[in-house]
Amino acid sequence: MTTTTAQATQVYQVFIKATPEAIWDAITKPEFTARYFYGSIFDTTWEPGAPLAGWAADRSQQYVDGEILEVSPPTRLVTTWRALYDAETAAEPHSRVTWEIEPGEDGVTKLTVIHDELESAPMTAANVAGGWMYVLSGLKTLLETGEPLAG
Amino acid sequence: MVWDVDDDRVFKALADPTRRHLLDRLYERDGRTLTELESELEMTRFGVMKHLRVLEEAGLVTTRRSGREKLHFLNPVPIRLIHDRWIDKYRERRVAALADLKTELEESA
Repeated sequence: MTTTTAQATQVYQVFIKATPEAIWDAITKPEFTARYFYGSIFDTTWEPGAPLAGWAADRSQQYVDGEILEVSPPTRLVTTWRALYDAETAAEPHSRVTWEIEPGEDGVTKLTVIHDELESAPMTAANVAGGWMYVLSGLKTLLETGEPLAG
Repeated sequence: MVWDVDDDRVFKALADPTRRHLLDRLYERDGRTLTELESELEMTRFGVMKHLRVLEEAGLVTTRRSGREKLHFLNPVPIRLIHDRWIDKYRERRVAALADLKTELEESA
């Protein structure tokens, strides 16, 4: 088994049969995020400089904190990101998450998540890969079928 | 640009040992240039480019510019989608069948 160091820049991409506007809503509105983002809702005004707080839907636990850096609906959203669900990741500095939404032909839109600035956050880097795959797979399923992923 | 959201391209891209090897190299260390990837393969630059293009068209590799360099990143999401669609589904049925068999045998014992 080869030892793998978690990457300081990670890129996740998925093609979704939905409009950029629908994808933007799915990223920013709690009625959508609660259905594919580990049941999370995000408290923020989605304005540059505003704080970002990701909570469990019942607000029993805060999962994420950060700050909104850039907002260009429906194509680009940049925030800082610190995962609070684990004591080790919570102790690390903020990293950065960029959402890029690019329309194509035939009603298919490309969604890319770039999680970078993870150089000083190795635990977070090691921790998020499975999470982003689950989130993007769930987001695609929700928008294309109207149903969240099973399980 | 037309993007293919079908599984066909992913299966075709994975059906080649050199392309699977390239994915494993990127899994070990992501964000590599063509020159770095080429140096680890017994293959011409053109050959590696061709394989990377197939992987890119299948969405398994994405590229981003960093200064003058073009970096290649592994995108694991299509593999996850195939897993959800083609592996989880059948594994669950198999597990369910075994669970049913156990119940049946225990009830008749």
